[in-house]
Amino acid sequence: MLSYSLKRLAIAVPTLLILIVVSFVLMHAAPGGPFTSERELPPEVLANLNAKYGLDQPLWRQIVTYVWGILTEFDFGPSFVYKDRTVNEIIAQGFPVTLTYGILSFLVAVAVGVTLGVVAAIRQNSLLDYLAVGVSIGAQVLPNFVMAPILVLVFTLWLGWLPGGGWQGGQWQYVILPVIALSTSFMASIARITRSSMLETLNLNHIRTARAKGLPERRVILHHALKPAMLPVISYLGPAFVGMITGSVVVDVYFSTGGIGKAFVDSALNRDYAVMMGVTILMGALTILFNLVVDILYGWIDPKIRY
Amino acid sequence: MPLLEIENLNITFDTGDGTVHAVNDLSLALDRGETLGIVGESGSGKSQTAFAILGLLARNGRATGSIRFDGDEILNAPARTLNRIRAERIAIIFQDPMTSLNPYMRISDQMVEVLTLHQGMGRRAAEAEAVRMLDAVRIPSARERIRLYPHEFSGGMRQRVMIAMSLLCRPDLLIADEPTTALDVTVQAQIMALLQELQGEFGMATMLITHDLGVVAGFCERVTVMYGGRVMERAPTDPLFERPTHPYTRGLLNAVPRLDRADEAMAAIPGNPPNMARPPRGCPFRPRCAFAGEDCAEMPPLSQAGPARQRACHRTAEEVAA
Repeated sequence: MLSYSLKRLAIAVPTLLILIVVSFVLMHAAPGGPFTSERELPPEVLANLNAKYGLDQPLWRQIVTYVWGILTEFDFGPSFVYKDRTVNEIIAQGFPVTLTYGILSFLVAVAVGVTLGVVAAIRQNSLLDYLAVGVSIGAQVLPNFVMAPILVLVFTLWLGWLPGGGWQGGQWQYVILPVIALSTSFMASIARITRSSMLETLNLNHIRTARAKGLPERRVILHHALKPAMLPVISYLGPAFVGMITGSVVVDVYFSTGGIGKAFVDSALNRDYAVMMGVTILMGALTILFNLVVDILYGWIDPKIRY
Repeated sequence: MPLLEIENLNITFDTGDGTVHAVNDLSLALDRGETLGIVGESGSGKSQTAFAILGLLARNGRATGSIRFDGDEILNAPARTLNRIRAERIAIIFQDPMTSLNPYMRISDQMVEVLTLHQGMGRRAAEAEAVRMLDAVRIPSARERIRLYPHEFSGGMRQRVMIAMSLLCRPDLLIADEPTTALDVTVQAQIMALLQELQGEFGMATMLITHDLGVVAGFCERVTVMYGGRVMERAPTDPLFERPTHPYTRGLLNAVPRLDRADEAMAAIPGNPPNMARPPRGCPFRPRCAFAGEDCAEMPPLSQAGPARQRACHRTAEEVAA
């Protein structure tokens, strides 16, 4: 298990390198640059700026310099747009916020989704089942950029219960709406996957054995059926994680939480190469790490999988 | 009072194909310590009868009639009642040892939970008892191997584990549902020998469900032959084998390959078991029966033929047995 994890982490290094090179090339391939504006800059000024940020160098050298800076000093460079801020500072400021509501959303989506799915499966074709399925389909067809304004409309403007934006260091009132907006559709998907997977599991032979042993239904479900029923859910967690990263952009913009998603969008609009690369690498690394966690979870659940 | 008494059991399934009548008007009784064989082709309703006893029918299944265990009605009993009987007093071994054990749990955990639940044993004592039972079914180095997962055992070994697990609470009745069908021939013989030995040792009543008459011959005192969800014939094993009086029993016996009579060819019963969503009118065996006549469009009643024999056929015993 340990050697497997280390191997996977070692493979992550070339993966990240490929990610860096491809992003770098794509970014530069797009027309325009960080200093393109409606008012043309004098050519000398532009040349000076390009020289300062190393944009006059050939592309391969820029990449090497960039990677070297990360490897030797963990330095992701200065922002091209915010003159007095480095990428490290921007990430250090926005990432904790994103991480906080990201993890919370994840936990809520899994906990509520699995519970709903299991209950719906046990009470198949009951009112409760239809309700759970109905709610999860409804939640799934509502994208978060529709969900977010509806939440603000209801809970902020009409009811006045919760603030419609801001972060305030993560006070709970400010966290609730972003978490609901981000987690709902994933919760819905997890509930549907759990339900169908649980229904399938309950028909397996070893569940019949568990019943024949006289175990109470609760123990049959929790001890014998839940683990195998969770396997498809765990496979879904990888894509869900990536979806949450993109979803965080919407949440940041709607709720002004100041997370990394907003910085990412701004960097793309401003052509702030360094910030764009920094966030891309961060998200890439997280995705790789998360997929590793998912694979380890798989091995933990299914004893037939040995690394 | 018999240990198990089934009266007029009917089992139906609601399917997209219509209502399937899996078992029709089945009655049987089993005394303490007795061994009964239930024989029939697939689809004859024998496994569903076993499931109905333990309340394990699929969700779309419905059972009516009466199943009394030790005098108490248990057919369609609430789960709380059944859970006190399951494994504790009636245990079952399933057909497919490859999938009947939980692949995600260690053997130890699967066995221990039976004893902690039914006998209130502590973990340590339960595990010691589980190891003793694995020894009894001759799993080598049981003390270590109890820590393994099912996929680390062969099919025959898994069936031994299932048998050990089913006997943990010393049940009064053991239902063995095709316990050797999924196994290699050589392993089949070992498992049957083991079951026979354990039956002698523990003395539980045993209901052996099989399509293999050869398996029944060495094991059961009495045999019930089922076809299309109905009892065709029943008798003590030896008389039934010596003189089958029902066309279906005869067909089954002729279909058993014999090594002692070289000149006799093995004769398969022509045709296929009926589609139970659209069973033939009258006797279900009629379309495949060499003795069938006009009157077979009406199901013959199960009637006494001799002191310990019952048969359901319009032809006389002499006509068929001749």
